[in-house]
Amino acid sequence: MTLLAVERIKLFSTRSPYWCSALALALGVGITAIFAAASDGPIPLGLTQIGSGQLAIAVVLVMAALAVTTEYRFQTIRATFLAVPNRTSALVAKTVVVAFIAALLGEIVAFGSWGVAKLISPESDLAINTAAEWRHVAGIGLIYAFGAVMAVAIGILVRQSAGAIAILLVWQMLAENLIGIIPKAGVKIQAWLPFMNASHFLSMGSDSPEQGGQGVDFKLSEWGSFGYFAGIAVALLVVALVVAKRRDA
Amino acid sequence: MIEAVGLRKHYGRTKAVDDLSFTVRPGRVTGFLGPNGAGKSTTMRMILGLDTPTGGDVKIDGRHYADFKEPLRKVGALLDAKWVHPNRSARAHLKWLAVSNRIPVSRVDEVLEVVGLSEVAGKNAGGFSLGMAQRLGIAGALLGDPEVLLFDEPVNGLDPEGILWIRQFLHRLADEGRTVFVSSHLLSEMAQTAQELVVIGKGQLIAQTSTEQFIADATQDHVRVRSPQAVRLRELLAASATVTEDPAGNALVVQGLPADRIGELAAEHGIVLHELSPQRGSLEEAFMQLTRESVEYQAH
Repeated sequence: MTLLAVERIKLFSTRSPYWCSALALALGVGITAIFAAASDGPIPLGLTQIGSGQLAIAVVLVMAALAVTTEYRFQTIRATFLAVPNRTSALVAKTVVVAFIAALLGEIVAFGSWGVAKLISPESDLAINTAAEWRHVAGIGLIYAFGAVMAVAIGILVRQSAGAIAILLVWQMLAENLIGIIPKAGVKIQAWLPFMNASHFLSMGSDSPEQGGQGVDFKLSEWGSFGYFAGIAVALLVVALVVAKRRDA
Repeated sequence: MIEAVGLRKHYGRTKAVDDLSFTVRPGRVTGFLGPNGAGKSTTMRMILGLDTPTGGDVKIDGRHYADFKEPLRKVGALLDAKWVHPNRSARAHLKWLAVSNRIPVSRVDEVLEVVGLSEVAGKNAGGFSLGMAQRLGIAGALLGDPEVLLFDEPVNGLDPEGILWIRQFLHRLADEGRTVFVSSHLLSEMAQTAQELVVIGKGQLIAQTSTEQFIADATQDHVRVRSPQAVRLRELLAASATVTEDPAGNALVVQGLPADRIGELAAEHGIVLHELSPQRGSLEEAFMQLTRESVEYQAH
């Protein structure tokens, strides 16, 4: 608990989490607002989470990576390891705090987007009834949380902001989609890529063509895909923790 | 007490620290002296568990740094004043350090007062001058009221006032019975700060002695003598001392005889003296000579 308090103080005594949160909120909710305002007729529920699921998540990944890489950048990681020689607990505490904030932010962005769509386009049927609909909106927080875990792990491994951010953005926004272009094998590979599985978890089935991961033959159920995504995030974190423990600080 | 035994740190073929053994005792300021690149910072990082030694061991009061549950209460360290997030206030920086080791948060304002930073406690550390950053680092080291303190080059880049402040401060800490280990590459600085010295060069131990002893050994005393009867005097002194001509002027430089004895000898033989002045070799010169020898020694 002490270490969680420490990481909370550290995170909120700098400005970047506030900026990143504001940006994620603006991007997520803003894009939904534009969609809702620009469309003539009613909009489907699937359209409310385009911003949160595909754009704002990038900002959250950046925020999570920065939480670690700025510590390396300003060497405060050494001060941290002096105060808490058990590096694993120090870094796990940081991961938990960042993931929790990401989850919270995810729910705010998701329901904020949903709310703004309801407000701008009252004629749309945006009721959240089925399990799939709940997963589609509330699931954003879960994906943000484990995306943040992944970003923290990459941050620990790479130790510098530019590198970590480049890896995360290229991976999440470009690489996984481009692999689909590879003839035949591409779609098969995509079924096992983490962010594709994250999209699969959020998707509401064939009636929401806006979702990513279309045309991919996923072998897992929606929750299976989520478990897979979370599993990869945790596995990456374990690797990062082992490396950080062995490495000279 | 800090105890290093056969401490080694190798990076590939480079031996940053090689078979280093020394002891730092409480109640006095121990200087850690060596030229730049001698392995002082590496050694300090190994003491604090940041770097893993290639071989050997270093313990604080018989335990590894990593084995202390709340290490800041036992050991305070200032390795680099820049280990602070520039957009975090001085108070916030000390607050998270305090919370991490269950130190009462009220202690933050106490140490800020001690180092004279109370007025800028709410300001971002990024705007601090080097001297202020150094003071903030010291405040962090003092937070847990530790028995053992390590400072890496604390006076680097400070103005004379800051240097004096740190020097007096280190003495006060040692007088309180704490173990104070402070590194520097300047012997002249250490001569005024440390009572004990651990001297290293190229990662190896050159000496561990009292500062007084080290300076006495390192700097050879000599006496400068001027006399109108220089030739006779030289013959007389050559029997029991090394005499050389001073290249700068019309004087003799005598090594191995105290000034009193030279004066007595001259009087016995009716030699007139115009000057009889004991001289000390420069500390830095002597230090360079010592460390240069260690480099040559290393090459074999």
